[in-house]
Amino acid sequence: MEAPDTLRYSEEHEWVRVTDGIAVIGITDHAQDELGDIVFVELPAKDSVVTKGKPFGVVESVKAVSDVYSPVSGTVVEANDGLADTPEVVNSDPYGDGWMAKVALADPAEVEQLMTAAQYEEFVAKEKS
Amino acid sequence: MTALKRTPLYAAHQAAGAKLVEFGGWEMPVSYAGILEEHRAVRTAAGLFDVSHMGEFEVAGPGAAGLCQRLTTNDVNLLVDGQVQYTLLCRDDGGVVDDITLYRRAADRYLLCVNAGNIAKDLAWVQAHAEGVSVDDQSDRTGLLALQGPRAAEILASLTDVDIAALRTFRFAEGAVAGKPAIVSRTGYTGEDGFELYAAATDVAALWGALIEAGRPAGLQPVGLGARDTLRLEAALALYGNDLDDETTPLSAGLARFVKLDGDDFVGRDALRAEREAGSGRRLVGLEVRGAGIARHGYPILGAGQPVGVVTSGTRSPTLERAVALGYVEAAWSEASEGLTVEIRGRQVEVAIVPTPFYRRARKGTPKGGS
Repeated sequence: MEAPDTLRYSEEHEWVRVTDGIAVIGITDHAQDELGDIVFVELPAKDSVVTKGKPFGVVESVKAVSDVYSPVSGTVVEANDGLADTPEVVNSDPYGDGWMAKVALADPAEVEQLMTAAQYEEFVAKEKS
Repeated sequence: MTALKRTPLYAAHQAAGAKLVEFGGWEMPVSYAGILEEHRAVRTAAGLFDVSHMGEFEVAGPGAAGLCQRLTTNDVNLLVDGQVQYTLLCRDDGGVVDDITLYRRAADRYLLCVNAGNIAKDLAWVQAHAEGVSVDDQSDRTGLLALQGPRAAEILASLTDVDIAALRTFRFAEGAVAGKPAIVSRTGYTGEDGFELYAAATDVAALWGALIEAGRPAGLQPVGLGARDTLRLEAALALYGNDLDDETTPLSAGLARFVKLDGDDFVGRDALRAEREAGSGRRLVGLEVRGAGIARHGYPILGAGQPVGVVTSGTRSPTLERAVALGYVEAAWSEASEGLTVEIRGRQVEVAIVPTPFYRRARKGTPKGGS
């Protein structure tokens, strides 16, 4: 499993990368691996308000439907609408082109409550055992 | 919690890095390399499935043919030695106990292959009607592999003394595969050419290894239950527990050609004759999703905004690259050309009734590609 040091992570297996008050959000390498081939992605609309811990989208693998939970609160400034046609990019590049939404943070302090890469790796290891 | 059952290939699946999941009380591989890749392998080359969880009963003796005829909807008299039939066990009210394959090994010796989740129920059902005919549950000592795909025949031919070229669809032969005694049946659950191989549970690991080895140059891959489901759904083959159950009838499921209502009597015939007269109240139809989303098992189907049915199986078809589904709708809607939607997470998404199967393989002499 890959988990870059520069990102923060939620217990629902989303990652966050913050630049200038904007959080880019996606699902982790571990999450995409557990889901298997992703064939459909449903994302929040631009300007919609998302809340930390609440579902903001859906990923569907061949077998299963899974909610994507927003790891932070704020307003969606952009969604990765390209994933509608190429959902498999979430599998092949979860931390890059497979990003899902950009959110203007309502409370930047929320990011500090998320796990670091080392904490997330430990969390996943525990979840597996 | 009861411990999950494992097939003799459990260790082989683990070694191959399979993702294992619970299925009908069994711990089974859902995928190895990934469902889409495995699906593609079966459509373009070949795939090997462990389906040893399925059940096998042998019915033998003077009353065997009569018992099979009384318990199944198809006509056992149509079978010759070495022939297989798709057929159904029905209740008195026409509800489906199970859908099975029936093998005639001799005029007085039949093999029933039943769904894994129904083994105990089916055995009790068959025994309750046996009237002294011997019914032997061989499930635990029998392994079952499915070798499926356009290159299955050449792979199998390299390992067996059975004349594969001469073995027609829905026929079987007994011989040796990789040196192990096996029943080689030209049947499957994928919509491709292929084979199902019955062997002793103690031989099935060796058989698996030999097939994987011999098939690798041809592109053979191990395939899990995930792709088994997408493959069978593209071929519009019913799955018991989803599309069929005790409350559904074979006529409403579109399986009338496997129900011989004008031949010998069988359990459920009177109810099914009455259904034929009156018409089925609901029908299983093929659906294609026209909007965004995937219609899945249990999602409501609406006609002109009112509930008229339910999706029983649905996925995104890897071959067609669109979402397809099977579902029951009220008879009045079963030929509708518009007005149907499926409710996906509170949204009404347009669906259209389409002919099934969704996918049909190109036959010899038929140009590849669709119409």
